[in-house]
Amino acid sequence: MNAGAPTPADGTPPPGDVPPPGDASLPDAAHADSEPDADSEPDTDSKSGTDSKSGKGAGPDAEEDPAVARFREAWSVLLHSGHGGTLTAGTRRRLVNRTTALLNRARSEEPFDSGPAAEAGAMLVRAHYTDPTVLARVVELLQEQPLGDGRGPALAGAFAAGWAVAARERTLVEQESIRLAADAARRDAELALQASEARFRALFESAAIGIGIGDVEGTILEVNPALMDLFGAGRQDLEGQRVDDLVHPEDSPGVWEAYEELISGKRDYFQFDKPYYRRDGEVVWTHLTVSLIRGADGGPQYQVAMLEDVTDRFRLQERLRHQATHDPLTGLLNRAAFFERLEEVFETPGPAARFGLCYIDLDGFKVINDSLGHEAGDQLLVAVAGRLSAALTPMGHLVARLGGDEFVVLLEDSSGEQEAVAVARTVLDALAGPVVLGDHRLSVGASIGVLERTVATTTPSAAVRAADLTLYRAKEQGRGRWMLYDPRHNARAVSRYAVSVRMPVALDRGEFFVDYQPLCALADGSLVAVEALVRWRHPQLGVLGPEEFVATAEETGLIMPLGRWVLEQACGQAAEWARRFGDAAPQVNVNLAVRQARNAGLVTDVGRILRSTGLDPALLQLEITESAVVSRDDESLQVLHALRGMGVSLAVDDFGTGWSNLAYLRDLPVSGLKIAGSFVADLHDPELDESLGWRIVGAVVSLAHTLGLTVTAEEVETAEHAERLRQMGCDWAQGWYFGHPARPGEISRRIADDVGYAHKSSDSRKK
Amino acid sequence: MTRPTWIPAGTDPDTPNAARVYDYYLGGSHNFEVDRRMARKAMELWPDLPLIMRANRAFLRRGVQYVAEQGVSRFLDIGSGIPTFGAVHEIAREIEPQARVVYVDRDPVAAAHGRLLLADDPLSQVVEADLRDPARLLAEPAVEELLRPGEPVALLLVAVLHFITDDEDPDGLVRQLREALPPGSYLVLSHASLEGRPDQAGPHQDLYRSTPTPLTMRNRERITAFFDGFDLVEPGVVYLSEWHPETPSSVGAHPERMTGMAGVGRRS
Repeated sequence: MNAGAPTPADGTPPPGDVPPPGDASLPDAAHADSEPDADSEPDTDSKSGTDSKSGKGAGPDAEEDPAVARFREAWSVLLHSGHGGTLTAGTRRRLVNRTTALLNRARSEEPFDSGPAAEAGAMLVRAHYTDPTVLARVVELLQEQPLGDGRGPALAGAFAAGWAVAARERTLVEQESIRLAADAARRDAELALQASEARFRALFESAAIGIGIGDVEGTILEVNPALMDLFGAGRQDLEGQRVDDLVHPEDSPGVWEAYEELISGKRDYFQFDKPYYRRDGEVVWTHLTVSLIRGADGGPQYQVAMLEDVTDRFRLQERLRHQATHDPLTGLLNRAAFFERLEEVFETPGPAARFGLCYIDLDGFKVINDSLGHEAGDQLLVAVAGRLSAALTPMGHLVARLGGDEFVVLLEDSSGEQEAVAVARTVLDALAGPVVLGDHRLSVGASIGVLERTVATTTPSAAVRAADLTLYRAKEQGRGRWMLYDPRHNARAVSRYAVSVRMPVALDRGEFFVDYQPLCALADGSLVAVEALVRWRHPQLGVLGPEEFVATAEETGLIMPLGRWVLEQACGQAAEWARRFGDAAPQVNVNLAVRQARNAGLVTDVGRILRSTGLDPALLQLEITESAVVSRDDESLQVLHALRGMGVSLAVDDFGTGWSNLAYLRDLPVSGLKIAGSFVADLHDPELDESLGWRIVGAVVSLAHTLGLTVTAEEVETAEHAERLRQMGCDWAQGWYFGHPARPGEISRRIADDVGYAHKSSDSRKK
Repeated sequence: MTRPTWIPAGTDPDTPNAARVYDYYLGGSHNFEVDRRMARKAMELWPDLPLIMRANRAFLRRGVQYVAEQGVSRFLDIGSGIPTFGAVHEIAREIEPQARVVYVDRDPVAAAHGRLLLADDPLSQVVEADLRDPARLLAEPAVEELLRPGEPVALLLVAVLHFITDDEDPDGLVRQLREALPPGSYLVLSHASLEGRPDQAGPHQDLYRSTPTPLTMRNRERITAFFDGFDLVEPGVVYLSEWHPETPSSVGAHPERMTGMAGVGRRS
């Protein structure tokens, strides 16, 4: 569509182009005639109906006054300019027509009525012509056309007045409407805000999580019902309170620091688990989240705290922790927890801090457990634990179960040994009364090792060892008692402890070795045999003799491998001597433990060892103690017979120390007996009747010979005794007089010397 | 507890508002003193302002008339402002009595005013929505209803895109709207421009910075780019008074004084 090209729909009258009357060639003239709205225009003044059509003067004013035509033209120009450009063509045309008609009426009507002029002014304003310059121009235009009866000014004035009134009216209306609109908008916004407020309020009130709002000074401003429930408090108890007051001793170290950072704006948010005191004094554990609300300027304005009750989770954690540190059966602290506590005592002690330990072992528990069953045993332990706890916890002491039937009491910040001893006594008293288990009344005793000293003088592990050893001593001393740690006794106890702990390893490490003590024929003092004596080069305790560890070896069963090893060594050595020295080689005597003697495997072992060493069985004598044969034990008899059958000889050692049934001696395949060293030692004792002693010895010799057994005297230390024993018929002797236990090398030399001597003497005899 | 008070945008009588200021330029009284103050200050810098505003309004009328004559009877007027005189529905109904119009403005006051005035008009709707969120705007029930039948719609972006800053991606917004228009739809657009009076344009832009709607003037090239996807109706993008003037002389001696550019395009 080309701009400006007229079409039927385009009814824009060009500005300033109001056709002169009668000019029908101009398009808008035709359009104006055919404009439907012009015809349908409602007219207030029927008389001006024709006039309003086009202002072209189709009516009585057809032969128009040029002034009127000029006015009309100017009027149209005015209404088309400025604001007029924003009106549609139709609107504009209507306006031009009607206002022109009104003005014509005002100008020409008799009598003069200014009303139409005022109406025209109002009409322009209502058509939104508000520019004051338009009014000024109108007044000018109206004045350009002086009117005959001088009504001009009145007309202009009326027009202006109509304009002014309408303008004022319009302004007020528009101001009112914009205010209304602004209010409506604000109301809508407020409703929306209220709705969101209401939603917030609903959320706040009904949330399951406790929510509290406070200012940054720390005053609690608002709390929701969930928070009130959490604290078991009412609104007035909480609102107005200070956040700072909600401290609890178990608060995590970082929480208050984080809080300070938050309210000073350094951080926006933090989370911690935190306990609170409820109003009723109970503790509630919460998962706490605090957020900072900043104002428009970015500075801290409010704090919002959310608290979730996690007490249950906490309690569960506590329970788990409790389980981890407590013995499930008795509820006492368990071993691990006890040692942890003990370590803590040593961590940061005061300078003179003291502590005490009572190691408790129930006496005879094993018997009860074995005879009445494990359930009864458990019940007993529970009962004992209960008594200990009841007696000791009020005193402020820690009771723990170490395991089995072992308990321990820890005294922290003790005042001296007396306090620890008092505790031990308390324990014994607590266990004094019988324990009733169903139908059984059980007496339970305890052995207690007591240790009390300054923290500075020891370490946890040393303290534990010392208390344990002291307990061991209490047991050794007869049980049912307490014993106080004694450093001197401890040394020996330590030894035994060290021995038993180390022994299994020692054998593997070759810490054992064998010495040999000569046995000589009393007739000529010649070396006839050596007794193999095992020693232990203990790394801490030095060289230990058999009396220091054999008993422990027997208890632990270690005697079996040890004994085997000794047999191997001794047989090997004897075999070597036999190879070197032939007939001059001595017999080797090896001690057998009771256990070994009872063990059928011994026969196999001996056989194997003899074969592997190549030793003549006649050169091996096994010494068995009298106590090994106190009973007519078929097992050991069989073993002994089997050994004898191999060609090995047997001797009864330490004869006279056991309450031997002499009849058994007949059944035993022994070939000799050794008079216990104590008999011979007694001969030295000035308090004992020497003659009686000798007579006993004589009787034993006689008995032995009657049975066809060789008699060996042990622990012979002097020449006189040796002589006397010889005279009494004793065959062999052993003791310091005849030689200390010596290294194999020394024995070899001695044999060699004897051989040389013999050779010499035989040589000399030959000579 | 006292919560911070909050005044909805546009309803604060202490902050000038573009719609109310525009009304004042047009000689209306739908404004508050603060708006008039701003308008007076602007007119001190640029006395032609009221004329330019009127020229823009005149363009609106000619543009609406043109598309109505092309047979379009549905109008989406975005950034319609305060409905004073000569509203789109009045203009359109001169040609198409059943013309439907949806007025969209993000100013709650303008929207509220529109609702008050058009309460009894079933063919006119007022929607409060922001041009910067076209998806939301297009989802408004009234807008959806206008577009749904698939009949050509005239999208009026008259004197509104210069309130969208470059950061807000005006081209993208126009594209989203275009894509929602049925085939045969029109775009009627006018925009404040630097062309012609660069000396005045800068200070005027500064003035608008104090309002919630800062002004971004654009050149002819940028304005023409908004018609991507539309076939520009002759004469294309021209000064306000140059677009389909009623008469050649109505263009005026200095059309560039009307520092706004305008155009109409048709979506194929």
